[in-house]
Amino acid sequence: MSTKKVDPDWLTIFIYLMLVAIGYLAIYAADYNELYPKAWDVARNYGKQFVWIGICMLVALIIQVFDTRFFTAFSYVIYGAVLLLLVATLFFGAEIAGSKSWIRLGFFNLQSSEFAKFSTCLALASFLSNKKTDLDNFKHQLIAAALILLPTLLILRQGDAGSAIVFVSLVLVLYREGLSGGFLLVGILAIVLFISSLLFEFPYIIGLLGFILLMTLVLRQGFQLRNMLFFLLPVVGIFVGSIYLEPLTFLIALGVAAILFLFITIVSKRYTVGLLTLTLFCSIYVKGVDYIFNNVLKEHHRNRIGVVLGTIEDKKGVGYNLNQSKIAIGSGGVWGKGFLQGTQNKGDFVPEQSTDFIFCTVGEEFGFVGSCILMGLFIILMLRIIALAERQKSDFSRIYGYGVASIIFFHFFINMGMTIGLVPVIGIPLPFISYGGSSLLAFTILLFILIKLDSERLLYLR
Amino acid sequence: METINIRRFIIQAIIILLSSVILIQLFIMQVTDESYAAMAQNNVIRDETIYPSRGQVIDRNGHKVVNNEAVYDIIFIPRQVQELDTNKLCQLLAISKTDFINNLKKVRKSKGYNPLRPQTLFKQIPASVFSKFQEYLYQFPGFYTQVRAVRSYPFANAAHLLGYIGEVNQKQIDASEYYEMGDYIGISGIERTYEKILRGEKGLRKNIVDVHNREIGSYLDGEKDKEAVAGQDIQLTIDINLQSYVEELMKNKKGGVVAIEPSTGEILTLVSAPYYDPNRLTGKKLGIEMAKLKRDTLKPLFNRALMSGLYPPGSTFKPLMALIGLQEKAFGPNFGYGCGGGYRLSASQVIGCHGHASAYNVKEAIKHSCNAYFCRSLYLFLENDKYPGGRREGLTKWVEHLADFGLGVKLPVDLPNTSKGMVPTSAYYDTVTYKREIPKSENEPKWKSNWIISLGIGQGELGVTPLQLAHMTSIIANRGTYYYPHIVRPEKWDTSSIYTTPYKVSVEKKYFDVVVDGMEGVVTGGTARIARIDDIAVCGKTGTAENPHGEDHSLFIAFAPKDNPKIAIGVMVENAGFGSRFGAPIASLTIEKYLTGEISEKRQALETKILEANLIK
Repeated sequence: MSTKKVDPDWLTIFIYLMLVAIGYLAIYAADYNELYPKAWDVARNYGKQFVWIGICMLVALIIQVFDTRFFTAFSYVIYGAVLLLLVATLFFGAEIAGSKSWIRLGFFNLQSSEFAKFSTCLALASFLSNKKTDLDNFKHQLIAAALILLPTLLILRQGDAGSAIVFVSLVLVLYREGLSGGFLLVGILAIVLFISSLLFEFPYIIGLLGFILLMTLVLRQGFQLRNMLFFLLPVVGIFVGSIYLEPLTFLIALGVAAILFLFITIVSKRYTVGLLTLTLFCSIYVKGVDYIFNNVLKEHHRNRIGVVLGTIEDKKGVGYNLNQSKIAIGSGGVWGKGFLQGTQNKGDFVPEQSTDFIFCTVGEEFGFVGSCILMGLFIILMLRIIALAERQKSDFSRIYGYGVASIIFFHFFINMGMTIGLVPVIGIPLPFISYGGSSLLAFTILLFILIKLDSERLLYLR
Repeated sequence: METINIRRFIIQAIIILLSSVILIQLFIMQVTDESYAAMAQNNVIRDETIYPSRGQVIDRNGHKVVNNEAVYDIIFIPRQVQELDTNKLCQLLAISKTDFINNLKKVRKSKGYNPLRPQTLFKQIPASVFSKFQEYLYQFPGFYTQVRAVRSYPFANAAHLLGYIGEVNQKQIDASEYYEMGDYIGISGIERTYEKILRGEKGLRKNIVDVHNREIGSYLDGEKDKEAVAGQDIQLTIDINLQSYVEELMKNKKGGVVAIEPSTGEILTLVSAPYYDPNRLTGKKLGIEMAKLKRDTLKPLFNRALMSGLYPPGSTFKPLMALIGLQEKAFGPNFGYGCGGGYRLSASQVIGCHGHASAYNVKEAIKHSCNAYFCRSLYLFLENDKYPGGRREGLTKWVEHLADFGLGVKLPVDLPNTSKGMVPTSAYYDTVTYKREIPKSENEPKWKSNWIISLGIGQGELGVTPLQLAHMTSIIANRGTYYYPHIVRPEKWDTSSIYTTPYKVSVEKKYFDVVVDGMEGVVTGGTARIARIDDIAVCGKTGTAENPHGEDHSLFIAFAPKDNPKIAIGVMVENAGFGSRFGAPIASLTIEKYLTGEISEKRQALETKILEANLIK
């Protein structure tokens, strides 16, 4: 065991500082009013952010003074404390913009869900780094899932679906630590089918799905007529059935068939039957989503999902915001309109332009070049974090590092994707850039705990 | 460990892959797709306030009394202004360059200034100037125009009751959710009382304009637009021709004239003199003209018809004194009282009366306006045995009756700033310090009936407005029933309006006949023979309000015809001497003009005399 302490990772710190600085400039631009051209005004968003940046620097420094053993030893305590905070928010929280996720602390409003991110990473790291933990063990899978789901559900209960969905990203950590890739695939398949079931007619989805699975069959087993027929005939049957049968009858028929084939699969272990079973379950899933969507959900739920998927046009609400956001970014061009010269942000067209839609300001005023620089910084940061994680000798530090990378990546992808219309509008901030004290502070803590762990990677070998 | 490393690369690959998708989308949006830039240019939303037209006003016969005249505000959005040719702008708008610079400075300093939002640079550019400017508007990017309306008055009359409109002040903006900087609001007269009906509701249109400020469509297909609701027109009860005529009669005099239609309570004319042309208080000249009017020592802004409640009614009060005395059975209709040159308070004190035969009944007393008779009437009223509370209760009863006839109370007329006049109560007299006697006991009033006896002849601590005089006369004319006087016709179906509900006074109808007969006698053979009109039975009563500071005020009340009266009038002319000198002629000329539409040849000399009289020197 070495006792050598190494320098903190200056590259990460540099990128962090760059991002925070860009964030400040972007908020300044978004909030800029030429009547009050002061660079610093506590009453305005950029002034407050300036104060927060100062606080975050301080917190980052303090974290470096801590003993790393504090984070490993107290990870569950921190996790538990934040859970309590989440519960407290449910009872004493203030409702802002429809979600009860804020605690009023006089000088600022604390968004408790932001802090659940690093605490969950710590707890997950603690649990997974335990030598006894085995992610192939169903019970351990359940515990890991519970660690993630507990804060998720509490945040969901607060009414902040965007922040809750962030925790899904921790599946990446589990995957890295040995969770079967099948979970990842099933998850992706479920999401893709969910969206497509609402976007496309059932026969097309099943047709496409059947085709993909048929190709898999051909690639895997070559062209065998018996297998083909065995697979194709039921798929065609689903096709026809979906058209002529009542939705509920059809669902029940599908279910019975699926269970039957599942049984055959287990007994015979034949690949064709396995694929057919998968097709059947997919069909049930797609039809089920469709059925629930149309018969169980209420009108306003349908509208909300419909707007996100673009099946319902909504010029006023979500659709309007997205359209304005895209116009702001798209009109930035290659070089942008120049700092403080954005017309769309100035015209108050873009909603939430200091927080969730902060990228609009960057995109409009700094153009494609500026966007590339920002994205480059983020990509380098995320890859660097993974590199840091991988060079850890301690499992705890590595797992925590992946947690950091996953959460930043999820935020980054969803937020950027939402402003340019790739992803449904989910209100989560762009890390280090968006206005908001809780968010900035939480991300700073998240990142700087990793930097601290990394700076002592030679000290603790566990 | 090998599988682990693959997983690391898969995660890295996912990050890079998904980031690339965003990058590609950004490339498409920002570099290859030009349509966003175009959309951004087209994406400027300009709010346009739609000002409703203010309701117009017609008189009882449908003559348009208040009109709207279009004027134009010049608005600019500072950020959109490019290469401004100041000289040309000033020239086109007929405005001096210093005015332009001053206005610009003022706009920049104003509280809500925002270079991205429309700012008003010039207000109320007349249509003649504007039409020239409009042709060149395209040369001034960032400049817009906004149609506004100013009031115009085809008849230069009735300024006091019509009132005027002006811009809202900060206090009014703070107090209401409706008004914004630059909005107009009714400041006095019916413009104020009927503000909500006249103004309508502002509308809002959201327009999308391109970089050249050309409108290219409505925002969200007009979904967020709000239609303006035009103000409603209202009809006055005023006869504008009569108003105009009475104003002529009151020219160069100070005072107030109010005429009411007794059967409805509708005010036919309401004149305060000196008056001014309402057209002076419109548009840009409002401020200057207002200052001039305020400086005028004759106080033309003061509405004497409603507000001057300090002049006693004098003898015009006597019919009312008679009525309530009869009602309270203080005396009967045939009560007679020797005049003998006045009412004797003591051996040395006499309230004088002019020479006339002693009145042997109420009718004769009114006809001759006997002072002694009505002093005695008040004495009998106050000292009536039926009041267990003595004269204190008597006076309270007296005050109650007066209030019933609208004296000493604020009449609920639909005009702002009405005075309630003055009627003294027993409590008032209890607080006055008297030199003479000290009461024997605590319960005994400190005053005696004879000390306040001049109230019986309408002198002393009484004060009435011309409106109250007219209202009181209207009640007498109607033999006890009345509607509250009003100046705007309520909708006939509007039963909630206080102006459509008839009321009754406490004096029974049977007592009115002798009083009305007495008032007829005043004109046929009494103190106001000058007010006689052929073929029309005019009932009236003169009054002279004592004025310790100068010439007495001349008062007259009248109604006509005697049966089914069409008009009741109250006239007060300041410093004009006896009631018969100016009050009676003005009242009777007004009545004649209103009932017959012209002045008979016989009376034209009187008309000329009144028209030419100048009491202001």
